[in-house]
Amino acid sequence: MKTCLIVDDSTVVRMVARRILGELKFVTREAVNGAEALESCARSMPDAILLDWNMPVMTGIEFIEMLRCMSGGNVPRVLFCTTENEVGRIRQALDAGADEYIMKPFDSEILHTKLDQLGLIDA
Amino acid sequence: MINPDDFDFIAKLVYDRSGLVLTPDKSYLLESRLVPVARKHGLKGLTELAGALRARSVQLIADTVEAMTTNESLFFRDTKPFEQFRKLVLPRLLETRTSKRSLRIWSAACSSGQEAYSLAMLLMEEGPKLAGWNIEIVGTDLSTQMVERARAGVYSQFEVQRGLPVQMLVKYFRQDGDKWQIDPRLRAMVKYREFNLLSDLSPLGTFDVIFCRNVLIYFDQATKARVLEQTARRLPPDGVLFLGGAETVLGVTDRFEPLPGERGIYRVAPPTPPLPSPALMPLAMPMPAMAAMGGRR
Repeated sequence: MKTCLIVDDSTVVRMVARRILGELKFVTREAVNGAEALESCARSMPDAILLDWNMPVMTGIEFIEMLRCMSGGNVPRVLFCTTENEVGRIRQALDAGADEYIMKPFDSEILHTKLDQLGLIDA
Repeated sequence: MINPDDFDFIAKLVYDRSGLVLTPDKSYLLESRLVPVARKHGLKGLTELAGALRARSVQLIADTVEAMTTNESLFFRDTKPFEQFRKLVLPRLLETRTSKRSLRIWSAACSSGQEAYSLAMLLMEEGPKLAGWNIEIVGTDLSTQMVERARAGVYSQFEVQRGLPVQMLVKYFRQDGDKWQIDPRLRAMVKYREFNLLSDLSPLGTFDVIFCRNVLIYFDQATKARVLEQTARRLPPDGVLFLGGAETVLGVTDRFEPLPGERGIYRVAPPTPPLPSPALMPLAMPMPAMAAMGGRR
């Protein structure tokens, strides 16, 4: 089973993501900001990270920049999942090392196809 | 609820025009799709709609058929066929068409254009390899509305997230508020036109590759066979046909055969040899027949 770390300061978004990822047979972990997510990754790297952009303490962009410098930090496939929907923001995320980008609102089909394209869905 | 007579009447009309088979268990679909059509035409409900259809209101008939046949689509639907196209079909075509340097691809029942544009993006990704090639992708759909949408190439934020890798979104779309429009270079690669798959397909010309996915599932056996037989005539001997995951030619027509080892891809079957006539098999013939043959010579 693949693991996915959900990083979002909204309880509702985390709950929705947890439910969808559960249906897709992921084991999920959660963090409410980038700093907590870094601690979680330091303990063990997940296969995927669903990452919000705007969060208190540490933003998604700050998190991914630090993650990609960590030992083993290139392993997780990182999918931004944010209300930021400007093409400039998407480019910024890709430059920082993101693998995919989801613009909220999203649904299970969007998450499913994106994970599938990253090779994270077991056939 | 729609009464059975009206259901049968509308189902037959939709079938005659589009080949779509509506069974009574699909009456919910008919209701959900046609109540808005009835409203648009100032009719109270499905009974009135059926009445107006019987009176042969041309625009209403077109709207009804269209409402029943349009389906949602996504970019790079099912992923695998596009991989097969890129890794297997395209390299072979680039080799065999190297002197002609031209390639024609048909996206049949193209809906709002996602399949045709996905193919255009794949070809664009090939870069310099295709420089100087004359490439035409033809997208056809029964629905005027869908053809217009496909031609415009404008998609919602939801639509561009269905199946489209974000790298391709950034590369091949221009953002306009919460809409995304496909690059003019890609729009120029695809010609869209209104076309009914049940009509004579010869005006479309011939293609090297045909994508006809998730269309046949809506047809009955006879219609499937007819469409496949016509489709075979649009392909050269080395052309290929892609069908949807739940579709096959097996048991429907012998004009196509599966491409060995490749799920979902079919090639035109070589002409079947005529049944061996006795004249060609003298060794298997009883003596008197031989004698009779000799006598006729």
